Amino acid sequence: MRSPIEGEAFAEVAAAFVRGVGEIVEAGAGRAWAVVGIKSRGDALAERLAAALTDASGASRFGGRVGALDVTLYRDDLSELGARAQVRATEVDFAIDGLDVVLVDDVLMTGRSVRAALESLADLGRARRVWLAVLVDRGGRELPIQPDVVGVDLSGVAGGRVAVSLVEADGVDRIELEEEARDG
Amino acid sequence: MGESADGYRWGHRDLLGLAELSAEDVRHVLRTAEGFEGVSGRSVKKVPALRGRVVVNLFFEDSTRTRASFNLAASRLSADVLEMTSKGSSVSKGESLTDTARTIEAMGVDAIVCRHHLSGAAVQLAKSVGVSVINAGDGQHEHPTQGLLDAFTIATRKGRRGDYDLSGLRVGIVGDVAHSRVARSNIHALTKLGAEVVVIGPATLAPRSFESMGCAVADDFDAALPTLDVVNMLRVQHERMSGPAFPSVREYVAGFGLTEARMARAKGDVLVMHPGPLNRGVEIVSSVADGERSAILEQVGHGLSVRMAVLFLCVLSRGG
Repeated sequence: MRSPIEGEAFAEVAAAFVRGVGEIVEAGAGRAWAVVGIKSRGDALAERLAAALTDASGASRFGGRVGALDVTLYRDDLSELGARAQVRATEVDFAIDGLDVVLVDDVLMTGRSVRAALESLADLGRARRVWLAVLVDRGGRELPIQPDVVGVDLSGVAGGRVAVSLVEADGVDRIELEEEARDG
Repeated sequence: MGESADGYRWGHRDLLGLAELSAEDVRHVLRTAEGFEGVSGRSVKKVPALRGRVVVNLFFEDSTRTRASFNLAASRLSADVLEMTSKGSSVSKGESLTDTARTIEAMGVDAIVCRHHLSGAAVQLAKSVGVSVINAGDGQHEHPTQGLLDAFTIATRKGRRGDYDLSGLRVGIVGDVAHSRVARSNIHALTKLGAEVVVIGPATLAPRSFESMGCAVADDFDAALPTLDVVNMLRVQHERMSGPAFPSVREYVAGFGLTEARMARAKGDVLVMHPGPLNRGVEIVSSVADGERSAILEQVGHGLSVRMAVLFLCVLSRGG
């Protein structure tokens, strides 16, 4: 069991994450960009990206197009989840069509949340291209999903699931590796 | 993601009435409804939540609005919808409610939305089938989704979303309260969320017995109106207007119609509601129904979100 990534170490991971997305957006500076986070945690990371990535005049590269997806209704295990399901609002108040969309999540593992998010995005409109940025890649993919930006790659590290805490939701920035593997 | 963190769990296969729900249950439906609101504004007005499920609209009583609302709600959840009416089916050939329901169940449906002219029909139905039963109005008993959507509308317009605490708000329900399932479901929902409810009408239509449901009773609309934050006008049922309990239409309008003159006595931010369809010029005049203090059309939109939430929660409660 390695120690949690926090403080300086977290700041480095977050910086690598922001830098990676920044490079992609910079390379496509002529196009219209949006950033959409998967609830919960991904939406807070999307807000951070929108605040961090600005042009020379200080305006966000995403031009205010910051959204949040609740993918509960698109999950492939919704029937099994049953009465434990909590539906929250999807907040994407701009037209997706033709945009380059950076899809953001805290942890990428099986890829099932991302699959659900892609289906949800498609129902909102037709993006020109969807990019995937995750703070942590935990490995263990069950679907052919590939991230474009990874803050830290923990896919080769032994242990269980990764839990990400963020100041916005949890009061602290931290990446923890849980002790043992757990189903679900 | 997508799972409850606070340990709350929706535990109802059926929605038969609001009397048996806890305040937390009511809040959970309304919060879930918020999650469905955006669906109507998207390019694809559907989510795959109930894909492959079948919902039956089993209506033994005429209804256009409620039926259409449930149909659209189920469609937006990607469920298949089967429409059954009393006319032209075995429902009118003397087949019992239970037999009809069992036949439908044998077709492999997941939920039955039922409207019936007899109080208690939905409860009887739920006892005889193993699928979800949603009460869309049974006699004079309850119309739970109407109560939920009215609470949702009040919370929205009065800035009470989130915690859905309606305390400090005084809601008047005006008209033939005694025979109204809308009134009963409203009283349950609103009192659970902390609102003060006063039922208003002539003593024959708004009897003192309603005090046992935790609301106040008044027969002087003009005296009560200035104290109200919300006024919910019940529809006058034409078939009752010839009955002995009912005053003449002229008398009714004079005492309990929501007119411009009366509105002048109300609070500036009073919210006007009506479950529809409107009898313009009877319980409410057009200029008030269509005025800016009216939430009548918002109620329709909220009805859709609330019915999506109810179908979603009840059907999924059977798995997981």
